[in-house]
Amino acid sequence: MNPAVIQVNDLSFSYNPAGNAAVHQVSFEILPQTVTAILGPNGAGKTTLLHLLLRLKTPLTGSIHLQGRPLNHYSRHELSQNIGLVPQTEYIPFEYTALEYVTLGRAPYLGPLEIPAEKDTEIARQSLKEVGVSHLENRPIPALSGGELQLVLLARSLCQQPRVLLLDEPTSHLDLANRNITLQIMDRLRRAGTTLVFSTHDPEAAALIADKLVLMRAGQVLETGSLEEVFTTETLSRTYGTRVEVLQVDGLRVVKSIERLGGEQNGQNNPAER
Amino acid sequence: MKNNKNLTAFVLVVTPLIVLGISLFIGRYPKPLLMPLSVLLHDQLGQNLVYNLRLPRLITSALLGMSLATAGGVMQMLFRNPLVEPGFLGVTQGAGFGAALSILFLTTAPLVVELSAAGFAIIGLLLSYFIARRIRFGGWVLRLVLSGIAVSAIFSAGLGILKYMADPTSQLPEIVFWLLGGLWSVTWTDLWYILPVVVIGLVIIYLMRWRLNLLSLSDETAFSLGVAVGRERTLLLAASVAITAVVVSVAGIVGWIGLIIPHIARRIAGANAASFIPVSMSLGAVFGIICDDLARVLTTGEVPLGIITSLIGAVIFLIMMTSRSMRIAR
Repeated sequence: MNPAVIQVNDLSFSYNPAGNAAVHQVSFEILPQTVTAILGPNGAGKTTLLHLLLRLKTPLTGSIHLQGRPLNHYSRHELSQNIGLVPQTEYIPFEYTALEYVTLGRAPYLGPLEIPAEKDTEIARQSLKEVGVSHLENRPIPALSGGELQLVLLARSLCQQPRVLLLDEPTSHLDLANRNITLQIMDRLRRAGTTLVFSTHDPEAAALIADKLVLMRAGQVLETGSLEEVFTTETLSRTYGTRVEVLQVDGLRVVKSIERLGGEQNGQNNPAER
Repeated sequence: MKNNKNLTAFVLVVTPLIVLGISLFIGRYPKPLLMPLSVLLHDQLGQNLVYNLRLPRLITSALLGMSLATAGGVMQMLFRNPLVEPGFLGVTQGAGFGAALSILFLTTAPLVVELSAAGFAIIGLLLSYFIARRIRFGGWVLRLVLSGIAVSAIFSAGLGILKYMADPTSQLPEIVFWLLGGLWSVTWTDLWYILPVVVIGLVIIYLMRWRLNLLSLSDETAFSLGVAVGRERTLLLAASVAITAVVVSVAGIVGWIGLIIPHIARRIAGANAASFIPVSMSLGAVFGIICDDLARVLTTGEVPLGIITSLIGAVIFLIMMTSRSMRIAR
């Protein structure tokens, strides 16, 4: 039996049947209890790919299997008990307290007319504690800072207790300290048994945590593999369409852009043809 | 904790009943303001008045307030916008147009006017819905808002034409009075006609009140939590439009209840729909009854209900907006 949690085969999707594919013939697999980074520039199709994994969009061709079973064989309820999503950000117009908001993560376990019980609230409290923001329990969501909101969004998906957690750009609008807090929590989740998939355009965030990278550009997967295999000056330059260099600082991989502004004269700004 | 919940539920149910009971004695018979208990016990006319006029009218005013407040709260959540009100989506303007059409070309008999108003309220909604489906840009909420605005504008233009055509001595005052809103013509028949729709709509909303929180999230998050976003939104929207359409059809256009009561309810009970929807229902009923009491007793005639709700509603809104504890969620 294939040990992969998620298996993606020849997946394609297009927003406009006549136009370019947003995701084109993508294949890869994800092993349990790992962190996979979908890495690529803006507009590479990362979010679309996450939405396909969530079944929010229906693929044009190809298939996705979750634990050996086709994704579309899952009921909506079953799916939501297995896959959670941390959106890039969430605009919440009403003043839910953090605890009320996190408790919404219990929806996959409640019937359509059911209201969360004390035990659900307890799980929500536990989730807030896991991401270290118990003190925000009674704070209204609109009063949270960007970093705090990101952690509360994460807590809401933990409350869902999913096997696979999808995170859409979880670190992109965080400062460095908050980024590291988020990555640490992701690391803890992996050790506790969750499989994580996150999209990012920040190669350094990927290098800090990912077991596996899926490098995307213009809807296509350029490379997949471990950090050692694909995190190189050559592949990253190709992925981002600009010259970068991978350096080692204090044992950490750091990516440096080595292109001057207005660098198109040297003809190297677009190594990967679209 | 449990006791506290029971006490809250008790207060929410009993308060409107007490207000309704007291209001039975409020009116202008035999003299303005309070009717003595002895009249109800011994005076045939008094008994008749209370049972055949005041009771159905008061129950209707309670249902009116309850329906508009609840529908407003629901729509604010479905459209993720705290400034939405139930007349939105062509419902109110459609009802006004339907009523005027009946007054002008059919009859001023209340039941016919009401049916025509309800029919056009639903036509207004359906038009908004189907036009929204055909718009090719923006999210679902934006598309509904845009088509709702356009449909409302078309109906209000149509209403303008009807008013222009109306006989200024007989038909025009009827139309204007209907548009200002009021419950003076309500009988038991009207009440029986709106009751089933209102009860079914309110029960659906009450039972699904916690789900409303999920529907106020972005589509992708709601989907990831296993919510059938389109189906659940449509069901709750249909329930709130149906109750709005039937109460508007008997009461005319009564503004501000649907906007202001959910806001006050959220202040009292918090943003969680599981707790603020019941408060909205109770508070809406109380507000509806009290406004109708004022409509009945303020002058020797009848002050249109819509004027009273708008006046009180807008004043409360201003007080809330300028008070220190108001936080804008943005």
